[in-house]
Amino acid sequence: MNLAIKAEPLKFKFFTPGVIVLSLLVLNGLVFAFFRFVLGIGAVTNLSQEYPWGIWIGIDVAAGVALAAGGFTTAALGHIFHREEYHLITRPALLTAMLGYTFVALGVVMDLGRYYNIWHVMIFWNGNSVLFEVGICVMAYLSVLYIEFLPLVTERFMGRVNLPGLFARFNKGIDRFLRFLDGGLNRAMFFFIILGVVLSCLHQSSLGTLMMIAGPKIHPLWQTPIAPLLFLLSAISVGFPMVIMESMLASRSFGLKPEMHVLSKLARFIGPLLAVYLAFKIGDMVIRETFVYLTDLNLQTTMFLIEVVVGFVIPLRIFLDRKALKSPFWIFLASVLVVFGVLLNRFNNFVIAYKPPVEAAAYFPSIGEISITVGFIALEVLLYRLFVRVFPIIGQPDLSHRPRTKFAIRGTQEIED
Amino acid sequence: MKQSRRDFLKTAGILGAGLAGLAPKKALAAPKNVLSDDRMGVLVDTTLCIGCRRCEYACKVAHDLPSDPIESYNDRSVFAQKRRPDPSALTVVNEFENPVAGRASINVKTQCRHCDYPACVSACIVGAFSKQENGAVIWDEGKCIGCRYCMVACPFQVPTFEYEKALQPEIRKCDFCFKRTGEGKIPACVEICPMEVMKYGKRHELVELAHQRIKDNPGRYIDRVYGEYEVGGTSWLYLASKEFEKLDFPELGPDPAPGASESLQHAIFAYFVPPISLFALLGGIMWISKRGKESEEE
Repeated sequence: MNLAIKAEPLKFKFFTPGVIVLSLLVLNGLVFAFFRFVLGIGAVTNLSQEYPWGIWIGIDVAAGVALAAGGFTTAALGHIFHREEYHLITRPALLTAMLGYTFVALGVVMDLGRYYNIWHVMIFWNGNSVLFEVGICVMAYLSVLYIEFLPLVTERFMGRVNLPGLFARFNKGIDRFLRFLDGGLNRAMFFFIILGVVLSCLHQSSLGTLMMIAGPKIHPLWQTPIAPLLFLLSAISVGFPMVIMESMLASRSFGLKPEMHVLSKLARFIGPLLAVYLAFKIGDMVIRETFVYLTDLNLQTTMFLIEVVVGFVIPLRIFLDRKALKSPFWIFLASVLVVFGVLLNRFNNFVIAYKPPVEAAAYFPSIGEISITVGFIALEVLLYRLFVRVFPIIGQPDLSHRPRTKFAIRGTQEIED
Repeated sequence: MKQSRRDFLKTAGILGAGLAGLAPKKALAAPKNVLSDDRMGVLVDTTLCIGCRRCEYACKVAHDLPSDPIESYNDRSVFAQKRRPDPSALTVVNEFENPVAGRASINVKTQCRHCDYPACVSACIVGAFSKQENGAVIWDEGKCIGCRYCMVACPFQVPTFEYEKALQPEIRKCDFCFKRTGEGKIPACVEICPMEVMKYGKRHELVELAHQRIKDNPGRYIDRVYGEYEVGGTSWLYLASKEFEKLDFPELGPDPAPGASESLQHAIFAYFVPPISLFALLGGIMWISKRGKESEEE
């Protein structure tokens, strides 16, 4: 068995105090979700005729999509640019992206007034609508992510299908199906990997086009014709920091050593990516002379400054420091800051920057909105914990043997058993 | 299992061709958006309005919305606060101070402006909004998924949403009495108005009429027809004696609201060329980087 990475299902104690806290948060969110579906959106949110979109769109959807960018950035690095040393992190990143996008879809369902009509998007096309493009791309990408994840399922269960009792008679059939699936996936995976990257580039940038139609309702600090480019660049910038943050949190939680040999190398990319993003962001500000708004001190300018300085400038400084790249503390801190910066950027773009043309009571998210958003995040963490127990996701590298497959997303070529 | 280079190209070719085949279909998919030369409009002369709110009453009756008896609309205490259209009232009248001391206050009726280049029609994810030949911008209950992007897009903050309904919440806004005008009647608010504040007619004739009124009474009006050029022009046009910004009209430029986003959107998806090129480019990189690795090992 030639393995580049021996990813195995992890064994650890599932129920810890942290897990119990997370479960309570999930339950709390479920209670509010119940009221949302029984009594309507108005009953649990502070949304109004003037503020139609709140944190469910700004954080659950927009920031959720951006923070799941680790999936396509690592897929591009590991599989398209074929840098095998990074295969170790492609699986955790794939899992995060898959869970992340699943929760983006759930967030959309929460927010849609007629969520049961969501399939209309596939029937009634409006090619002029940016939201349509985002919707279709997200749906397609979510399917691609599930397909990309399938090889982990086949790897886990091929030759190990062992249904109890009455169902035992299906064992052989299911196993044959898994092997068939595995063979097909092997051939076609390159297509889905490239497709995933293309779809990601499309909708990550289109999310930036989304608020363009709101025109003067969006504060000039964020309303820019290059918003789609800024969204794409910031999504690419946040992919690796997200992977680093998660990997280090997971290592700590599961009692493993942080994979510093890979993470330090990965962190080298982040500085230049952030620099390119900031160059466009600040260049845009200079060319459109929007810096004049910074002189009036209000909520919007304050949030803008926090976003740019804390979320991008400070981590850029850290990532450009050679010594900091070797330090788990510094790359963790800088990664968290970038994640915070991009999250705040999306929140600002969709919530803070939005001002209705008529005077209206300001929007502040309700307890219900916050509970559901927090509940989703907690459930995502719990599912991540569950998935790494069941599927071979986290592993240790074994660089003495290199696989010769082009699309070694499974990490292994043949299954013994 | 190993993938041969030939397999790679073969599959890529088949799937690429399949993807390309989708292109023309998508480029055509868009809701009805007609800009007829004979589209109708309404000219609202706010200097004539006395704030009797009969239009609010007529609107509710015409749209089967629950309404208090007509006498209750004489109550002027509602003007203490600025009101906005909501799902139960598609049009509302507000009152503003008159700059000329001693003159009666200014009343302004507000409702959907029925833009010539409607942001909601462009924005709607399922194309539930459409611009009809007669100028009306209407909403199709059967398509809507309740995403409220129309509310985000509308420069006048017109569409409203029934937040209190758990099932089948509607987007509600003035529909230019689409049903009534289809039966040959005029919009309910125009019909009931005792002061003839509103004039229903072909938009281009109303624009001329508006400028004529300003010319004939230069002291009565400020020299601007709101809606003639704002966001590319709207079916509803307004005359006023005071700057429109002081009457809660949003300050808007002459460019249609959907302009920038639509052209950008269409540039990215021009016959699917950019996405397919990106796909090809990434495929090329993948192929070359893999070949590099292989020859390194051999």
